[in-house]
Order: sequence, then C-alpha cells, then structure tokens
Amino acid sequence: MSSYIPGQPVSVVVQKIEIHKLREGDRLILGFSIGGGIDQDPSQNPYSEDKSDKGIYVTRIAPGGPADVAGLRVGDKIMQVNGWDMTMIKHYQALKKLTKPKEEVVRLLVTRKSLEQAVKGAMGLH
Amino acid sequence: MDQLVGKCLALRAPTAPSSGSSEGAAFRLLLEKRRPSQRKKAQRLATQIHPTAPGQEKHRGSHVKQKYGQCYSSRSGRSNRHTDRSRDRHKPSSSKDSSRSERSVVINPPDSPSQESPVHNGEPLPGEPRQLLNLERMDSASVSQKKSASSVTESSHDDNWGETTTAVTGTSELSVSQEEVVGLGKEIQDRTQNVRRYLPVALGLFVGLVVAATPLVFLLLPALLWPDQLQVCGSACEGLFLSISFKLLILLLAIWALFLRPGRASLPRVDVYRAFLTTLTLLLTMSYWLFYGVRILDAQDEDYHGIVQFAVSLVDSQLFVHYLAVVLLELRHLQPCYSVCVIRSTDGETRYYNIGQLSIQRAALSILEYYYRDFPVHNPALLTAAKQRSAKHLAGLKVYNVDAPGNAAGPQPSNGNQSRPMGTAASKRKDSAHNELYYEEADYERRVRKRRARLVVAVEEAFTHVRRMKKEDEQATPSDIMDVREAALAVFPSLARALQKYLRTTRRQHCHSMESIQKHLSFCLINNMSPKAFLEAYLTPGPTLQYGPERWMADQWTLVSEASVTTGLKQGTDFLLKCLDFSLAVTVKAIPYIRFKEEYVDPKSHKFLLLLQSETSV
Repeated sequence: MSSYIPGQPVSVVVQKIEIHKLREGDRLILGFSIGGGIDQDPSQNPYSEDKSDKGIYVTRIAPGGPADVAGLRVGDKIMQVNGWDMTMIKHYQALKKLTKPKEEVVRLLVTRKSLEQAVKGAMGLH
Repeated sequence: MDQLVGKCLALRAPTAPSSGSSEGAAFRLLLEKRRPSQRKKAQRLATQIHPTAPGQEKHRGSHVKQKYGQCYSSRSGRSNRHTDRSRDRHKPSSSKDSSRSERSVVINPPDSPSQESPVHNGEPLPGEPRQLLNLERMDSASVSQKKSASSVTESSHDDNWGETTTAVTGTSELSVSQEEVVGLGKEIQDRTQNVRRYLPVALGLFVGLVVAATPLVFLLLPALLWPDQLQVCGSACEGLFLSISFKLLILLLAIWALFLRPGRASLPRVDVYRAFLTTLTLLLTMSYWLFYGVRILDAQDEDYHGIVQFAVSLVDSQLFVHYLAVVLLELRHLQPCYSVCVIRSTDGETRYYNIGQLSIQRAALSILEYYYRDFPVHNPALLTAAKQRSAKHLAGLKVYNVDAPGNAAGPQPSNGNQSRPMGTAASKRKDSAHNELYYEEADYERRVRKRRARLVVAVEEAFTHVRRMKKEDEQATPSDIMDVREAALAVFPSLARALQKYLRTTRRQHCHSMESIQKHLSFCLINNMSPKAFLEAYLTPGPTLQYGPERWMADQWTLVSEASVTTGLKQGTDFLLKCLDFSLAVTVKAIPYIRFKEEYVDPKSHKFLLLLQSETSV
C-alpha cells in the first residue's frame, strides 16, 4: 500500500469481495469487525503499515461467517463499500454504510499487502 | 552463714513444701562442706535438676528466713536478710529460662532498684504471691539497713550465733556501709542539684532587679539630693515618665518570661550566649552609672528634663539588649540546618532529627529531650538472648591463662571438661548457630502471637462485662452499681493471667505493676475506650517518659566529645551521650543547600486530545 499523502490520489491493488448478509432474527450480519476511521487513533492499528493511516481495517472475522466465506481476511483495508469511499470516513459512518438494513449484499473493494506482492511477482515474470 | 542455711534446711527438710525436697536436702547437706564457688555450682546444678518456677528459688529462701524468725531472735533474722541480700547481689547470673532473665549482673546506679528485683515498690505482678512475700521482706530489710546499723552489733550478743557472727557482721557491715555512703552521696548530690537548678533563676533575678532599679534611682536621686535647684519641667517630662514606666513594665515582663524559668538541665559548661548577654547588660548599666555619676551627680545638673531623657535612653538600650537576647537564645536555633542521627548502643534503635545551629551541649540537651519522647524504653531483658548466643560461642573455646602464676594458669572451660573433641564440636556449633537463631526467632514469634491472641480475646471479653450505667438503670440494686475503681478491680482478674503471660513472653513484665495496670484500666473505663485502646499500652513498648523515673535506666548522662562542648555543631561532628547501661551515639550531617528554579506554566496551555480505538462488529 502506498503511503498516504493528503490531497494526492492513492493507487493500490484491490480485490472485489461480495458478501451476502446473513439474516439472524431481525438483523443482518456480515460476520466481521472493523476498526479505524479519521476520528480514531491510527497508531494503535496493528494491521496498518503506515501508522498514520486512518483507513478502515478488518480486525476480526467470524469463522464460517459470510465474510469468511466471501474471502475477506483479517488485516484487509476496506477501500470502498458499495461505491462509498472508506478511506476518509468516520468510524460510525463506515458502520452505517456497511449495515444498511435494506441491502442484502455488500460489495467491498479491499486491499492487502499480499495482493501488491502477487501483482509485482506476476509483473516481474514478464 | 551459708553453712547454717544448709544445716537448717537439712534439719527441716521434711516440712519444706517445695517439690523434690528430699533431694534438695541431700544437695544442701553436701553444700555445707564445699567452698563457696563450688557451692554455687552445686546450687546451679540443683536448680537445673529441679525445674523450678521463678519464684520458688526465692521461695525456699523465704521459708528459710521464716524458720529463722522462729528459731532465733528477730534481730538476727533481720541481719540474716542483710546477708541474704548481699549474697543475692553477688550471685552470678543464672538465667535458665527467659522469664528469669532479670537476674543478670548489672552495676546499678544507687537510686535505681537492683535488677534482680524486677518489680517496683514491692508491688509484684499478679500470680506471684510468694515472691511478694519475699520481696516485701527484702524491701523492709533495705529500709532497716539504712536505719539500724546497731542491730548488726546487737546480733553478736546472741549465743547461738557464736561461730558465724564475724561472717555475719563482716558482710552486713560492708553492705550497710556501702548503702549508707551511697545514700549520703545522693543526698549531697540532691542538694547541689537544687542549687544548680535555680542558680540561673537567681542570677536572672539579680540582673533584672539591677536593670529595673537603675532608671528609677537615676530619677529619684536628683529629686532627693538637690530638690531646690531642679528646674521644673512640664508636660514633656510627664510624657517621659509615662513612657519610662510602661517600658520598665514591658522590660520586667520580658525578663520574667525569658530568664526567670527553672532551668531544664545543668550543662557541663557555661553557655556562651548567656554569659555574653549578662556581661553586656551589666556593662551597659555600669557605663550608664559611670556617666551618671560623673556628669550629673558630681556636677549637680539642674536640667531635670535632661536627666529624665538620660534615664529613658537607658531603658531603651536595655530593651534592645533584651531583643538581642531573644534573638540569640530563642530564635537562632529554630531554623533547622543539621540532621542528626541518634543510635542507641544496646539495641540499635535509630532516630533522625533536624536541629538548628546549637552548641554541642545544647544539642545534646535537645536530643535527650527527644530521646525521652521517642525512644522505646530500654529493656535489658531483651539483650540476654544475644549474650547467651555469644556465651555459647565462647563455651566451645578453652581459655588458657599462661601468664598468671599458680593455680590460675589452668583452663577455664565453661561446660564440662572436654578437651580435644571440643574442636569439632565448636565448629559444628558455630555452623549451626544461625540455624538455631532462625528457629528460635520463629518460635518466639509464634509464641508471642499465640499469647497475644489469647490476651486480646480475654480483654475483649472482660470489657463486655462492664457497661456504663445509663439513666434507665437507676432501678438496679445498689450492690450492683460500682464506682470505676471497683469495676476495674472486678474485671481485672479475668484478664490478669493472660496479660501477665503476654508480658512475660515479651519480657516486659517489670515495666508494669499491678497497680499501674488497674489504674490504666479505670482510666480506660472512664473515658469509654475500646479494649483495643486499653491493650495498646501493653502491646508495644512505649516511650521512656511514659514510665516512672525508676524504669528509665537512664539517670545520669555524660557527654563524651572530642571537640569542646561549647563549640557549635558542624558537618561531621560526632559525640556520645553515655548513661550507666547504654549510650547514644550521635552523628551530625548538614541539611543540603536546596536550589530552586522557577518554571511558569500558562493555564491556557492545558489542552487535551481524545484518542480512541474502537472496534465494532458488523
């Protein structure tokens, strides 16, 4: 992941993940936990490379849950949710974007370090 | 005399109530034939074999004395007590168990009770009625000793005392004369102490009178000697008269407040500041008299206004000298600049105090006042454990005295006659000494805690029985209502035993007499104190001043110092305050010079950020 420079566009390699929410009673759950946000303390984020990165990270995944099935991994940084940007957002706003009660499917764009390395490796072969 | 003891006991052995008396009789029959040193050894062996209670050894003695009272005349009985007392004085320490450890050899100051009679004023602890009997007689013996030296000579007329009279009179004369001489010395000392105590007061009074009288004399003499030549001065003089009278009044009050106090100590050397101030005052007064005599009396000055102003100026200067006295004597040493460390030599109790700039003798005085307030009372009974340990160390060694001629050049082993094997046994004993100490201390701790638990329970129970009478209890029968002393006496027996056992274990039973315990109990009942408050006086050794002067073990203090005692304290000064039983080592350190820097903090700069890291599940 490239380091964050305010005002400059960020280019990363992302993966599309489509999660189908699970209905439990009257709630729709996704099966993972998020941390981070522009109103949070970025230095305590264990998954970010750059400790000033205030993006939304996946901190826990319920095993066997919808997120796990869809391929989300711990430590992923969520870049977009259903087209909504997640890189410059407050924590509770991110929560609201993820847990809209009317949506049954969320499409995330996530990035992780292994993606970059995989792409680099593939490019290096050429 | 001791042979007679043996004989009498041998005669009356069947009637002696002590246990194992027949064996005792056998031992004592042996006693009369031996030399004194061996007799004492046999006595010690006898006490080893019969594990007697602490009072019983003396109990036997008291019975012996009782029998003497019946056998012979009363006077000879009294002289027997003389020798018995002197013999007890010379008996070496035979402390077998911890509770009898008071019987150590100590050189007593003349006005403190001897160590072997651990109770005071003939009031023993509860549970030792036999000892009471014995000691009462001994106390009356000591009283009679001083009074009736004639009884000793009268005993020589008694026919039955034929062959031992000289021994009796010899030792008792010695003991009597010793006591009398010492008693005389004490009386003389008391008188000189009183003189020394009030000497500063007398001196202050004299100087004060001189100082107060002089201005008045200055004013009165012209009016008496040449009244017709004096110019009358009006209101100015009256104002001056008023001011003189008030200033004199203030000066007299100030002198009374500062100087006319009974001295609190007699210091070895004259205090420099006081001497200086007295000299200054007298010098001032003398110079004023000189000027007065030359300028006014001789010249017969007519200007009364000038004379009055002269007198007023004298009073002013005296007031300023008094101000100097206040500053030098009272204020200068209030600011602390030295920290002294005081260590007691016997048990290592250490305290630290901050004192100001004082001379060594004044510093010693204030340290001693702190000592009486802060240090727990000196308890020689607690030191015998260490002495026993070191004695056991020495027991493994054989001491050969090669230089002395004759029989003294022999080995002096202290237990048995073992020679070579003692080498390995001694090393083994040295190796296990720390082991012994550890287990001994652990055992002691446990015993103390057990006794303490029992004591606390007993006291709490005793206190529940007593209740302050309320209004609604007025219908109770009058026989039930008691005043505080009777109430204390009523509940006392239930806790006496537990308390006595606890004090025995912690070796403090000689500090508290039955009377004092009852007094304390009544005090606690009057003031509605809890049982814990009552017990606190007995659980910890209190400061020395709490007990009466006979318990202090510290009467006469000697200041031992390399520097002169009137010099001031400095960093690194050391001196020693010696008492008869122990000494206090004092070292002086300066309080460091403290440097402060200022740092200004703007109150508006106190701003904070809130940093969260929350994790929410989706």
